[in-house]
Amino acid sequence: MWEYSDKVRDHFLNPRNVGEIKDATVIGEVGSLARGDALRLYLKLDGSEVIQDAKFQSFGGASAIASSSALTELIKGRHIDDAVRLTSDDISKYLDGLPEAKMHTSVMGMEALEVAYARYRGLELDEQDEEEGRLICRCFSVPEGKIERAVRDHTLNAVEEITHYTKAGGGCGSCHIDLEVILDRIRAERKQNAEVEAVKSAAANPAPAKPIAGGANLTQLERMKLVQEVLDRDVRPGLAMDGGDMELVDIQGTRVFVQLHGHCVSCSSSTATMRFFVEDKLRELVDPAIEVIDTTSHGAELHAPPLR
Amino acid sequence: MPYTLQAYLDNNATTLPAPEAVDAMQPYLREVYGNPSSAHTFGGRAQHAVAKAREQVAALLGCTGVEVLFTSCGTEGDNAAIVAALDALPSRKHIITTRVEHPAVLSPLRHLATRGYRVTELNVDRQGGIDLEELRREISGDTALVSVMWANNETGVIFPVHEVGEIAKQNGAMFHVDAVQSPGKVKLDLAKEAAIDFLAISAHKFHGVKGAGALFVRKGTRFRPLIHGGEQERGRRGGTENVPGIVAMGVAAELVLKDFDAAVTRVAALRDRLEAGLLAKCDHVVVNGDRDHRLCNTLNVGFEFIEGESILLMLDTLGIAVSSGSACSSGSLEPSHVLRAMSVPFTAVHGSIRFSLGRYSTDKDVDYVLEKVPPVIKRLREISPFGRQAPNEKAEAERRREKIESGRRFFGKRPEQHRV
Repeated sequence: MWEYSDKVRDHFLNPRNVGEIKDATVIGEVGSLARGDALRLYLKLDGSEVIQDAKFQSFGGASAIASSSALTELIKGRHIDDAVRLTSDDISKYLDGLPEAKMHTSVMGMEALEVAYARYRGLELDEQDEEEGRLICRCFSVPEGKIERAVRDHTLNAVEEITHYTKAGGGCGSCHIDLEVILDRIRAERKQNAEVEAVKSAAANPAPAKPIAGGANLTQLERMKLVQEVLDRDVRPGLAMDGGDMELVDIQGTRVFVQLHGHCVSCSSSTATMRFFVEDKLRELVDPAIEVIDTTSHGAELHAPPLR
Repeated sequence: MPYTLQAYLDNNATTLPAPEAVDAMQPYLREVYGNPSSAHTFGGRAQHAVAKAREQVAALLGCTGVEVLFTSCGTEGDNAAIVAALDALPSRKHIITTRVEHPAVLSPLRHLATRGYRVTELNVDRQGGIDLEELRREISGDTALVSVMWANNETGVIFPVHEVGEIAKQNGAMFHVDAVQSPGKVKLDLAKEAAIDFLAISAHKFHGVKGAGALFVRKGTRFRPLIHGGEQERGRRGGTENVPGIVAMGVAAELVLKDFDAAVTRVAALRDRLEAGLLAKCDHVVVNGDRDHRLCNTLNVGFEFIEGESILLMLDTLGIAVSSGSACSSGSLEPSHVLRAMSVPFTAVHGSIRFSLGRYSTDKDVDYVLEKVPPVIKRLREISPFGRQAPNEKAEAERRREKIESGRRFFGKRPEQHRV
């Protein structure tokens, strides 16, 4: 049961700054009894907006209590604008790490701080709620905006990871399809950003001339080396961005056998990836006659519908 | 971190192996290592030990030796029974179980629901009991199997297996009982329970050792093995027998039978004292499960407004071993499927703790727990934003709201039926 670091254990058994501040400048609250965790954060600010004192009350498991305790320790003495820039990862780091499945407890800490900040600055909380978008996970009441933020901030690549950070998808599982759609959208965004960056950096330092497709003049060994080079340089980094990978299995003449790994295996667009992306690259840079053959077994079970 | 176990109250998870059982298995771990399938005398000695254990387990179950099939665990027994039952009635495509079964039953059945079977999970009421009328409504000539546990592992609630069996037989369905929590707590007499076709038990739940279990298969029942292999267990379960584990299970079975009535009375008295003490010493505690139809050793309570994992881990630092149905301690994000099926309000589900006693539990254990638990509950309520206000109006309002919400959320899904 003790999957926690000594630091988490210490902050759970001896939480710092528990309680209320009677004359708090502002209070931030998140969570509910239904959700299974909740946090109320009290902040006392001095004249120059520095957090003089912070206290909390927490309903939740050991890591929820430890994360709340860590948060108060981290923000005391900081300017409120500075404090709100902390991230849930800072809480996790402060505690020498949290188990993956408990990351959402550190996110809850930051949310309470954000609520307190918004309230202090007079930002309309209701408006902010609306911006969170439609409700995706009904079991844990998680809106789209919160999921998108977690996927962006922590570079998440799988539904399971979203669940670790936001709880969304941890209940009945009926929102897993929606979560996949969000993941796909943000991955595409990420890829586009990366391409823009690449174009920028290419403009800054012009790349050495690309190897010209040598075609039929290549020896088998040269072809193999070139294919591997192209895969390593032009293909695998793009796939890695989506949590996937590709392995060169064999080359027979102009037929290139590859195997997909990671998220590519279960990805519905991986067939398209093969045909249009990898094959085009290899035809352009190695040999116009190249044909790519996918040897991955795309298990049908991975697509089994969630149980209701 | 120094750790001393002070009070072990997690006997529904596993039990202390009886010293007599551990002693009895020693020779079979050392000198008598023969294979029961061997033709030589040395193997024969192991075979004799297995045969003796078979009779001891048969006595525990109230059946004959040929009806006892040795397995590796309760889960294997449940899976084997399900597979065999469906194989015996191949034209029927409907299965009935309850929403509160152990995953050893629910998980294979939910898998079958994606393989052409229709699975009906019977609801339970607020007390954790099933409604026989619902069973009568759902069962039909297409029902191949009814699988209902004898007693629930989380709440200890005992199900009317006799009545369920009669209904199953009236409709020609097979009847399997997951009785993993029963030995030593409930009198099992399978000669009298004629409707039960299969019944699974696990040795380590009644002071045997882990890695051994048994499946009762009523004589004359068509049985296709789950594990195909050699001719062990008369061709019904391939794989070399776990001779030491089986020997220990036989001795453990004999032990729990020997002073059955006295032990049940004693354990029930300890449990009742623990329950009364906790209710007297702590505010806002609810008992989960039907107190009139409950295993003698089990007490499931919900400490409202605080979270179960926190309670469990604070008790852990004091050397008290218990379980929780809270989401945080389960490793998933959802709290116990059993308590949710019972529509226990969220205020109590998240703070649910299971105390399960055993025949080695003592008055000292109960005294220690009654001394240590109340300060832990008080401490966590001091940390909780809901704790200190209870029972003021806001918390009461939240409680009512959660009750309505939980009802809406989980009633909305019923009845749960799986279709391809």
